[in-house]
Amino acid sequence: MAGDSPAIEARGLVKVYGETRALDGIDLTVRRGQVFGFLGPNGAGKTTTIRILATLTRPDGGTARVLGFDVVRERNAIRARVAVTGQFASLDDDLTGYENLTVFGRLRGLSRAASKRRADELLAAFDLTGSAGRPVGGYSGGMRRRLDIAASLIVTPDLLFLDEPSTGMDPRSQSQVWELVREIAAAGTTVLLTTQYLEEADQLADQIAVIDHGQIVAEGTSSQLKAQVGSGSLHVRLLDGEQRSQAQAVLAGTLEGPVQLGADPLTLSVLLATPADATDVGRLVGHAMTRLSDAQVAVAEVTLGQPSLHEAFLALTGHPASPAATDHEDTNS
Amino acid sequence: MSTQTATAGRAVPEAHRLAGLLAPSGPPRRAGALAASATFGRRAILKIKHEPSQLTDVIAIPVVFTVLFTYIFGGAIGGTPAHYLKTLLPGTLVMGITACTMYGGARLAQDVTTGVFERFRSLSVWRGALVLGGLLGDAGRYLLAAAIVVILGVIIGYRPDGGAPGVIAAVVLVVAFGLSLSWLWAATALLVRNPATVTSLGLAALLPPTFASNIFVQPRTMPGWLQAFVRVNPISHVADATRDLMNSAGGVGGAVAWSLIATAAITLVFAPLTLHLYGKLD
Repeated sequence: MAGDSPAIEARGLVKVYGETRALDGIDLTVRRGQVFGFLGPNGAGKTTTIRILATLTRPDGGTARVLGFDVVRERNAIRARVAVTGQFASLDDDLTGYENLTVFGRLRGLSRAASKRRADELLAAFDLTGSAGRPVGGYSGGMRRRLDIAASLIVTPDLLFLDEPSTGMDPRSQSQVWELVREIAAAGTTVLLTTQYLEEADQLADQIAVIDHGQIVAEGTSSQLKAQVGSGSLHVRLLDGEQRSQAQAVLAGTLEGPVQLGADPLTLSVLLATPADATDVGRLVGHAMTRLSDAQVAVAEVTLGQPSLHEAFLALTGHPASPAATDHEDTNS
Repeated sequence: MSTQTATAGRAVPEAHRLAGLLAPSGPPRRAGALAASATFGRRAILKIKHEPSQLTDVIAIPVVFTVLFTYIFGGAIGGTPAHYLKTLLPGTLVMGITACTMYGGARLAQDVTTGVFERFRSLSVWRGALVLGGLLGDAGRYLLAAAIVVILGVIIGYRPDGGAPGVIAAVVLVVAFGLSLSWLWAATALLVRNPATVTSLGLAALLPPTFASNIFVQPRTMPGWLQAFVRVNPISHVADATRDLMNSAGGVGGAVAWSLIATAAITLVFAPLTLHLYGKLD
């Protein structure tokens, strides 16, 4: 019976675009009621996976069942039960928020009256009543994403696909979207979300799979992955680029964890291994700074922070994330 | 688990409002093919409502050509403007509609290249509904163009001998012909998938046969090869049929039959082709 099966069960999914193996054997099991996070850089295969699971494209190899239905042979059964929200599946810019919702309501099989009623309810709940009569093309990013999610809830889906829910959003809109996702999950809808941000997966997902070059490279709960990634990342900026190799040697000698050279010739960073006692982190870093001073290295700036996705990748995969992700990180910093 | 505790710990006003909305919706429903097509038709009309400038060509082409030809060339071609109007006005009715048949295709090309199309596809809806709904929008556009030509004609002195039934029959015929061309442009749109290309292909492909027809002048003075083209040009047949229906109170000639055959033939080729191409996008 379809009701007892996992929300998603995929085995060996392959998708090939020309020369590129966009998906290279993805295995995935998502339990019902779970919030599952799919973490990876641009071009890793996150969106392709969602498009296959939402029946928008066919796999070139492997099998997948969504809510117990086959993604190739039982597409209509899946389409009637899932909703897709994301960068690739979006809204009608020319129509107003209200019109978008009533159109989708009718296409979801609601009567004319029911679709109007549902649109009014959703607009009120998502704090969009004031903009309901304006074309969506003029909405801000946050309003647009809220309407996007509202459109996915016209009929409560059993499974919601969220493709990069908060990419390009200001912090306030981002936290609003996060609250919405928690609410939707709490009401019993299974959520599969993709993200480029470790923090977003950490905040929302019960289970996280890290995807790179079309393959899942790590999977676990947020705390399991963090233990693998390390407790944080130390960034050092020097006054003089000539001293970088000297600084690299000092840091490699005092701290456990790989030392990375930044794209900027003045910077380098260390991914800190998790010490048995978390209070040791400050002492270890302090010790490293003392040793840099002893070696006459002039330091301009020191920061200790969460590992970036780039660093997390290095820790989980042993190689840097693809160039696209590196570019992204660089433009953000 | 952890998400639920996180939610309970925070007082989010939206949370309370959302909770009641997320009740299970019961067994999934599927929109009927007709309801879905009508919804896409309504969407097409709403788009025109929000951006009425889309209708500039629909309104301008028949108005400009009717007025221009009636008063500037009318005397020279037909003896007097009033006399020429009898031949010209049914012709500009045909032109006004055929000249805007590619806009529906351009809109479809735009739809299939934007994100909203993926969202439509993610729904359990009969897959022809988007195309058919677009045609409903086209029909609305054609009826508007027809109304403009007829009203303008009556204002400047055209009197249909066929009366209201003749005019209505003519409009129905021309709209049906326009819809057969809508299928042609829909198929083109799915092949090229670029709205601007569809529009320019439409202009390039429709303008020559519109003039190389009997809409404006009878082909007597044209070179032989061109006369041969004018005689087989479906637009000439539709123009003749429209004249027959609008201008004569009595029976109609073979032109109406030829127009219906042309309309059916174009539709029978391009409607299945369009649905096939659309299915391949899936």
